[in-house]
Amino acid sequence: MNALGSLLLVLLLAGLGFAGGQVAGLRPLFGVVVPYAAFVIFLLGVSHRVVLWARAPVPFRIPTTCGQQRSLSWIKPSRLENPSSTLGVVGRMALEVGLFRSLFRNTRTELREGPRLGYGEAKLLWVAALAFHWAFLLVILRHLRFFLEPVPAVVAALASVDSFFEIGTPGLYATDIVLAGALGYLLLRRLLSPQARYLSLFGDYFALFLLLGLAASGILMRYAVRIDTVAVKQLALGLVTLSPVVPGEVGPLFFSHLFLLSVLGAYCPFSKLMHMGGVFLSPTRNLANTSRMKRHVNPWNYPVDVHTYAQWEDAFRDKLKAAGLPLEKE
Amino acid sequence: MNDRGLILGGLLLFVGLITLPVWYNVAAGTPSRPPELKLPAQGKDPFGTAEYMRASHMSLLVAWRDEVVRGGERTVVGRDGKTYAKSLTRTCMDCHSSRAEFCDRCHGYTSARVSCWDCHADRRLAEGSAR
Ligand code: HEC
Ligand code: HEC
Ligand code: HEC
Ligand code: HEM
Repeated sequence: MNALGSLLLVLLLAGLGFAGGQVAGLRPLFGVVVPYAAFVIFLLGVSHRVVLWARAPVPFRIPTTCGQQRSLSWIKPSRLENPSSTLGVVGRMALEVGLFRSLFRNTRTELREGPRLGYGEAKLLWVAALAFHWAFLLVILRHLRFFLEPVPAVVAALASVDSFFEIGTPGLYATDIVLAGALGYLLLRRLLSPQARYLSLFGDYFALFLLLGLAASGILMRYAVRIDTVAVKQLALGLVTLSPVVPGEVGPLFFSHLFLLSVLGAYCPFSKLMHMGGVFLSPTRNLANTSRMKRHVNPWNYPVDVHTYAQWEDAFRDKLKAAGLPLEKE
Repeated sequence: MNDRGLILGGLLLFVGLITLPVWYNVAAGTPSRPPELKLPAQGKDPFGTAEYMRASHMSLLVAWRDEVVRGGERTVVGRDGKTYAKSLTRTCMDCHSSRAEFCDRCHGYTSARVSCWDCHADRRLAEGSAR
């Protein structure tokens, strides 16, 4: 139900964009107003969430037992898995953000015959997630050719490396295959595995279908239903130079593409997609494990009125002595 | 330890990166005009409407190439009833005589890579009679 519902919603949104692009009167709305609104919601929403997180107190280090903590000089510490210095944290963060180190630890649990509980490696999720995110990044970077004029050499170089095999015209991008394939796997994983399906919420499918819709419309535009790329660049440049141009006929698929992106952007701050910012603020990843090297005092502590044993003994000294009880201080 | 400064710095960096196109175009003084194309003085493109040609001329060219090289069909009848050779350098460039002021302007603007010129020499350019 969650899957079907979110698929229908995404199809509806894509259809809305498609229809909006057909009607000349609606093009200013779908080409300019909606993208601007989505961008503002995205920026303000993301900033708001990050500021909220920044204000949350994290007084102590939360070491996770991923590697040997630094202790005695003759015990080899695990500098990246359990860092005790800022440099080590930067390294762990880089591994996490760039290579999804924690996801690499993913395991599978299954009930085998016997009945016996079996644990095994499960690297496919890691592979697909990594493939998807890198392909996504590269596609976005390549898209800079629509937003920058003159197009910087790096963007052009990226495109030529990406279409290295020169299959078809325009040349097939390897990242398009990887993007679509990885997204397909991530969707199938949720649909085919009973456990994952049981855990999957509407938002999980919605994000996946939005991205799939975005990729599918883009791929169709490039390889099947051609569009007027010059008009697209004019629209995109108009948006980023704050002098919006309402395009004429671009091709209706483009408006599906743009509308799905607008929905994705506006949806981002309210969804699990905020893990983009969240990963940098994970206390188990971004704090050096100095729990035993330094005393971490909670800065939010209010002064607590303590009553020590020494004070207590002073108060009852006579009585304790009379009862013949041992005293700390005679 | 209080990391608020660091987090806000990171957020600012993110906002700066995501609005990079705005700053870049301001710095580069990007005009909002599309590239100026030198179109043939009169007539219409014999192979499709201007909209079709703008979006799909590469499909047409590649279809021609396949028909010529694989099928041996070397001619096509245009919408104006005339017969044209299915040729990149001869047919297209007969009307769109300046590659630099037509094809290249658009391809530069959209950063399209056109490898055809590696083999298909633009004779007019070579003979110096171009433009
Ligand atoms: C209105 C702008 C425009 C004009 C004029 C134009 N092109 Fe293109 N051309 C494009 C765009 C846009 C693409 C595809 C870019 C993309 O999506 O990567 C393209 C792609 C191509 C491709 C396919 C390149 C590939 O990816 O392998 C060929 C071939 C091509 N053009 C030939 C020509 C020739 C020859 C001329 C001059 C007679 C010409 N074009 C004029 C805009 C134009
Ligand atoms: C590796 C070199 C090479 C490249 C690159 C190349 N071609 Fe060709 N092309 C040829 C050869 C060789 C012929 C055969 C010429 C003949 O038989 O008349 C040909 C023929 C053609 C023809 C029909 C004949 C003519 O005179 O034009 C077309 C159209 C054509 N190519 C289009 C293209 C397009 C479009 C591209 C770019 C996407 C391209 N070619 C890239 C080598 C190349
Ligand atoms: C008989 C002359 C002629 C030939 C041959 C010709 N064109 Fe055109 N082309 C024109 C004219 C005239 C226009 C102006 C737009 C129109 O059709 O109204 C044009 C427009 C175009 C446009 C759209 C430019 C724009 O932005 O409005 C493209 C792209 C194009 N031609 C590419 C080609 C390609 C590629 C070939 C070879 C397959 C070709 N043309 C062959 C005359 C010709
Ligand atoms: C997160 C955002 C986006 C994603 C994931 C995405 C995805 C894609 C994909 C996978 C393609 C296939 C071709 C390629 O890889 O280049 C594509 C093509 C395209 N996209 Fe996007 N896109 C996004 C944003 C945008 C934006 C903001 C615009 C323009 C305003 C845009 C305009 C286009 C156009 C015009 C094409 C066709 C390119 C061509 O003909 O070569 N996209 N998109």
